[in-house]
Amino acid sequence: MKNNYSIFSLIKNAFSYHENWEKAWKDPEPKKEYEAIIVGGGGHGLATAYYLAKKHNMKNIAVVEKGWIGGGNTGRNTTIIRSNYLWDASAGLYDHALKIWEGLSQELNYNVMFSQRGVMNLAHNLQDVRDLKRRTHANRLNGIDAVYLNTEEVKKFCPIINTSQDIRYPVLGGTLQRRAGTARHDAVAWGYARGADEMGVDIIQNCEVKGIKRNGDTVEGIETNKGFIKAKKIGVVAAGHSSVIANMAGLKLPLESKPLQALVSEPVKPIIDTVVMSNAVHAYVSQSDKGELVIGAGTDDYISYSQKGSHDIVEGTLNAILELYPIFSRMRMLRQWGGIVDICPDASPIISKTSVKGLYFNCGWGTGGFKATPGSGDLFAHTIANDEPHKLNAAFNLNRFVSGDLVDEHGAAAVAH
Amino acid sequence: MFLINCPFCGEREQSEFKAGGEAHIERPKQPTELSDDEWAEFLFMRKNIKGVQFERWNHAHGCRKWFNIVRDTSNDQIKAVYKMGEKPPVK
Repeated sequence: MKNNYSIFSLIKNAFSYHENWEKAWKDPEPKKEYEAIIVGGGGHGLATAYYLAKKHNMKNIAVVEKGWIGGGNTGRNTTIIRSNYLWDASAGLYDHALKIWEGLSQELNYNVMFSQRGVMNLAHNLQDVRDLKRRTHANRLNGIDAVYLNTEEVKKFCPIINTSQDIRYPVLGGTLQRRAGTARHDAVAWGYARGADEMGVDIIQNCEVKGIKRNGDTVEGIETNKGFIKAKKIGVVAAGHSSVIANMAGLKLPLESKPLQALVSEPVKPIIDTVVMSNAVHAYVSQSDKGELVIGAGTDDYISYSQKGSHDIVEGTLNAILELYPIFSRMRMLRQWGGIVDICPDASPIISKTSVKGLYFNCGWGTGGFKATPGSGDLFAHTIANDEPHKLNAAFNLNRFVSGDLVDEHGAAAVAH
Repeated sequence: MFLINCPFCGEREQSEFKAGGEAHIERPKQPTELSDDEWAEFLFMRKNIKGVQFERWNHAHGCRKWFNIVRDTSNDQIKAVYKMGEKPPVK
């Protein structure tokens, strides 16, 4: 049993200069065999292991991670959390996650700094206005909080936005989801890792999967740089590298991996207390607790695993940011980076069984997986434990690309992909 | 960001081009005979290779012609450029 984090443990450890904190997770060598192996130690993978141990009573689980936990897209995203998706299937999936977020810090005894500061999506032309109004109605029918704001209300909610009608893409209105917000991305990975470790999950870092061993239509284990590890159930949550792992098992996925960029500015005093997203001009901005502006740019249109994006994508986003927020014109950008996102043709994720027995994939989150971390882990754990999807992720199966029953969130999801 | 040697215009910045995805996916010869699985394979399933990949590009802000390139997707290095209809150079 780990010692609880609390104000008292903080004071106690202050006396020893914070040098004697208990390790949040062990660093074990892999065993010969596990009941289930999760490939990928990001937020989704760690959450999957956590819920497998907690809700499905599996005790012999490993998470294998090629680098270090949370070092991939979990630590590279813009930390936006929302559930205002258009289609019923997506609304169910993302709101399931949002409900878990609301109690996550308490559940994990780890402050994930979940902040329901609201997410506002802007409309810049008449079609945007119609689309956003339609989405607001759809959200409310699904029990998701959403309101439509006119230009004055947008200005009132976020006063630094330039609502002049003379700009190239004037603000005609917007939607607001007040329950939406942000969380500290690293803390989510670390909190789930600590929770999973406490229940006996082996978190094995620097362990790269080199092959998937199959016996006919059944999976037998994984080849890694730390040797062969046997398991009857293998859940792959490898984000941009999902296709690479799938190819090892002789499968093909409907994914394309592309660079997605983000950047942060130098830290400044509080200036924007919400998250503002604009689909049409592609500019997202929020402010971290450290004071940096966190800005999300778009994806490049070509496949790449290089974790570098094109300069013109960043330039386009910053042009849009400056037109919407002239106050930022003299801000300096501190860091810029790229992550590799796996995009499905319908811009919805895959949480599914495969044609290989015991092999499961959770992928295709594309540009917006962070917000779903707790829900994705919960539903993927359910799918792995029962060998059947939960009703909330039944629509997100691989077979939809054969049946044609797509969850087409492209353009509907309040965000450009 | 990288440079692409358009077979018609010469070397230009990548931002002038539009990526067209995996090359050499052949259009079904007899679409009416295709099963749902075969349609899924043609429409959606992609190799999405990490490493040397054959792909289509369009010089969208230039000559607007389509052509193929061979590119290493792990470091964005272009190995070869060849015109539509030509045989892909051997790896």
